[in-house]
Amino acid sequence: MLDVSVSYNRYRFLGYEFLTWLWFVIEKDQGKITGPEQEMVSLEIGNRIVLENDRKDAVESITIKGDDAGLEEGILALRKGAVVTELNLFYKVGDQAWHFTIKGESLNMASLKVPDTGGMESRKDLEGAVIEKAYLYNEAIRLVDNLFKEFIKGRVSDDWNTKIVPLVRQWIYS
Amino acid sequence: MGFLSSNVSITRYKVEGRVEEPVIETIYNGLTQNAIVTTNDDISEKTVGWTSLDSPFDPNFEGSSFLIGTHLVFSLRVDKKTIPPKIVKKHFAMEAAKRLAESGREYLSRTEKKMIREHVMSVLILRIPSAPNIYDLIWDYEDSSLWFFSNLKSANEELETLFSRSFNLTLIRLFPYTMAGLTAGLSDKERDILARLSPTNFAE
Repeated sequence: MLDVSVSYNRYRFLGYEFLTWLWFVIEKDQGKITGPEQEMVSLEIGNRIVLENDRKDAVESITIKGDDAGLEEGILALRKGAVVTELNLFYKVGDQAWHFTIKGESLNMASLKVPDTGGMESRKDLEGAVIEKAYLYNEAIRLVDNLFKEFIKGRVSDDWNTKIVPLVRQWIYS
Repeated sequence: MGFLSSNVSITRYKVEGRVEEPVIETIYNGLTQNAIVTTNDDISEKTVGWTSLDSPFDPNFEGSSFLIGTHLVFSLRVDKKTIPPKIVKKHFAMEAAKRLAESGREYLSRTEKKMIREHVMSVLILRIPSAPNIYDLIWDYEDSSLWFFSNLKSANEELETLFSRSFNLTLIRLFPYTMAGLTAGLSDKERDILARLSPTNFAE
């Protein structure tokens, strides 16, 4: 393995490509999401997308936010060569909902809100709350892990250039 | 931001290496030997150490209280004294004026100014209480994975250093490249391809 700081910077584009691919999957290929997650109901874009375009001399950043914000500006930015650097997601299983933001360069999760859990009054309640919260956090992490695995398997295969990227382009220009 | 908060941030790690047997005792020793220690006359600007999830201001790891289910749950505490620059400026000006009056001179040398600043800082640091910052973590020992409940760079760096010192284990931060290489189940051939990848241009 490469030095951590070198690999963090050199391969940060993988995180941006993952989020760009994920947006495409959410819009056009939901089957990819339900595959590894048998019980999943829906995954939607949440209330924030950040895109970045560094194909010119200066880095251009585009932020789209708001619960019902139109994403046309984001598509336009993709056409100009931008990639998604931050994506807020809304994940729903039955009547339980998760909201969180993924940062492309680190794949860190931020603003993660999980379904409500019971209150606490004693040490025993604390143990129960920890176990319950850990389970709920793990659901969001498992979703991201499965999607990232799906992405990276495709990214290192011949299909990336011959099938996947042409489909993403087709979506961007549709 | 705490583990039990309604809104959290998570940085994920892979734990490299195994804890010496007996595991719980080794972890208990690592926690107690590196637990945060606070004293009222602390002259350091920053103090870092472990604390317990349920009593962060009175660390207590007795009775394997850090073991919840199959998880090891505890917290990193960073106590930091931050002196507002305006306070430093005010006390520096007062001390400089006093020295000038005592010496009858009009100017202070650069070295004198530096000494006054150091003196002011050392006096103020004793008077200002430190602000505690608590960051929870959950460590799945069997899975060699750890979630740290903060995305702050400085907090993550403190965690990596203290964890290594306490348990003699390395934390590998999970980001796109390390996730691809360590947790995505790629074959050796796929890892070679991964190392040679370059950015895709989605726009034609």
